[in-house]
Amino acid sequence: MKIAEKTESSSRAESSLRGRRILVAKPGLDGHDIGAKIIALALRNAGAEVIYTGLRKSAQYIARVAIDEGVDAVGLSILSGSHCELVTQVVERLQEAGAGDIQVFVGGTIPEADHAQLQAMGVRGIYTSDMPLERVVRSLAQALN
Amino acid sequence: MSSSMTAEPRLAQTSPSGIDVPVRVGSDAVRADAIGEPGAYPFTRGIFEDGFRGRLWTIRQYSGFGTAEESNERYRFLLDRGQTGLSVALDLPTQCGLDPNEDMARPEVGKVGVSLSTLAEAEILFKGIDLGKISTSFTINGTAAIVYAMYLAVADKQGVPRSKLTGTIQNDILKEYVARGTWIFPVRPSMRLIADSILYSNTETPRFNPISIAGAHVRDAGATAVEEMAYTLANGLAYVDELLRRGGDVEKFAKRLSFFFYVHMDFFEEVCKFRAARRIWARLMKERYGVVDLKAQHFRFGVVCGGSSLVAPQPYNNVVRVAVETMAAVLGGAQSIFTCALDEAYQIPTEFSAELAVRTQQIIAYESGIGRTVDPLGGSYFVEQHTDQIEAAVLKVMREIDDYGGVEKAIEDGWIQMRLAERALQRKLNIDSGETVVVGQNHFRNPDEVCTPGEVFRLDPAAAGRVIDRHQQVLQTRQQSEVDRALKRLGAAASQDKENLLPYLVECCHTYATVGEMVASLRAQWGEFQEPVRL
Repeated sequence: MKIAEKTESSSRAESSLRGRRILVAKPGLDGHDIGAKIIALALRNAGAEVIYTGLRKSAQYIARVAIDEGVDAVGLSILSGSHCELVTQVVERLQEAGAGDIQVFVGGTIPEADHAQLQAMGVRGIYTSDMPLERVVRSLAQALN
Repeated sequence: MSSSMTAEPRLAQTSPSGIDVPVRVGSDAVRADAIGEPGAYPFTRGIFEDGFRGRLWTIRQYSGFGTAEESNERYRFLLDRGQTGLSVALDLPTQCGLDPNEDMARPEVGKVGVSLSTLAEAEILFKGIDLGKISTSFTINGTAAIVYAMYLAVADKQGVPRSKLTGTIQNDILKEYVARGTWIFPVRPSMRLIADSILYSNTETPRFNPISIAGAHVRDAGATAVEEMAYTLANGLAYVDELLRRGGDVEKFAKRLSFFFYVHMDFFEEVCKFRAARRIWARLMKERYGVVDLKAQHFRFGVVCGGSSLVAPQPYNNVVRVAVETMAAVLGGAQSIFTCALDEAYQIPTEFSAELAVRTQQIIAYESGIGRTVDPLGGSYFVEQHTDQIEAAVLKVMREIDDYGGVEKAIEDGWIQMRLAERALQRKLNIDSGETVVVGQNHFRNPDEVCTPGEVFRLDPAAAGRVIDRHQQVLQTRQQSEVDRALKRLGAAASQDKENLLPYLVECCHTYATVGEMVASLRAQWGEFQEPVRL
């Protein structure tokens, strides 16, 4: 409870994600899920409806859930160094299914050298662990509102 | 400074685990009866009376990437620089029981470790390294029994007697369900596989540690030092109980149980965590299980220094952090130490940063002199009191797990996972607000800093292709009828609860059966773990 109040009070109007549906997903085999869970909790505390996939999901699965659940955005959490391959797969599956309008965000251990490539694929935001949560939430809210 | 930053940098009144730490501690804080002497029950002051004079800790750097050839080269480099034990990092397909040519595996081949899909890879990985002389540690869990079997098979091929093998497999599935995520099978058959490998190892490779019960990953994910220790000791007891159910002799198997933890930055909390844990474990072994042999009461552990305590901004600060953490590990009495490289927050270490991490340990070992006298902090009013405080806090969390219904239930329900996620969010918010000081990141930041550790390691993008090519070649050149027969026998044995599966796995490895095939054969009998997704 204490945690919820803390993020709630620090979120301002422009950081509100009320009414937004967001899928937080773990593609590939990476088992580090705590970052994904922290983000999921922070997004929920900012008003979003959050769906979390759990570990080791294929790109097909993630795209299908995103479409079935009618989400506004998909956040992919990857810490294994396979972000370029896995993000490409998810973006392609979404486009093939005619859901290219669902925005894709990426978080994890993402070297700066790869940012341009990810952005060229259409990734709207890239987040690393040293970024304050408030900034992540605000950035998502700006992209979605 | 970001707008959310309100806290001024200051010295906290509580430890990171939330224990009140007094500004002064008086002489009345020390209870001599609970401390004992080094090498004597309850081992608060260490398990050996001669400390590191008898034997220095093992310098063991977690390493492995790309192909077996590249990793073999890095191992020889590290040994050449004075590393004293190997620690093999395996890629995610190997850890999750997939072959490199499977769809889900392809993007991950050789990324976070080396691919070890068949005995052919193991033969290359250990080429020119005498397994009878060097100890090898494997961070492997879901497929630990298979990788252990493969190590035996490669030793057989090298002509090294199994009785001479030393090293460790992590083989701790319980924390995988909580924090590290490389589980494959449900809890029950996973526990069986662990008991199988421990009981087999006790007779077949008596100098080998068939399990390293690990708190490190739970800690790095967000648990406090107290929770790290409590969850790990609770898991340790679950393994002891499982082994007893299987008819194991506690006086025998308890000698080969080992542990693994993170050392983060709060110096005295880390030192006292280990002093408290040695005492708690020894008492549990003696009082709950009636263990008589002192060696079977020993709490032996390795550590990793760095991890999430290292940050990307001003990466050279990380060298200082790792040095402080290594000193805490030494004063806490660790048996083996892995020091993370300064570029940990960026990528796999370069040769430069990997060497610096080894040198950090050597400077502390041979120049600082802090390992010369065993437990030099013993008897300090504060250290003894804080050890008592941590002991009480750890026992309290262990009781909470017991009250919930034990670790297996707490994990299957996702209860520990949920507690951990909440704790991790709290830790993150404390850093975001500046309440927890991280120099160079949330305080004392250099606004002009260009954030880079210099050269960054880049994996050879062609390595995965080479791994997959060789895997296909092995499939074509092996005796398929032998493979089929061995896998069939493995599947049949897996359906019998009482059968120890290790001999069957070793047999499979010798035929060049793949990790994916062995896992598929077991999965057909046992199914898969269903992850409880709770937020």
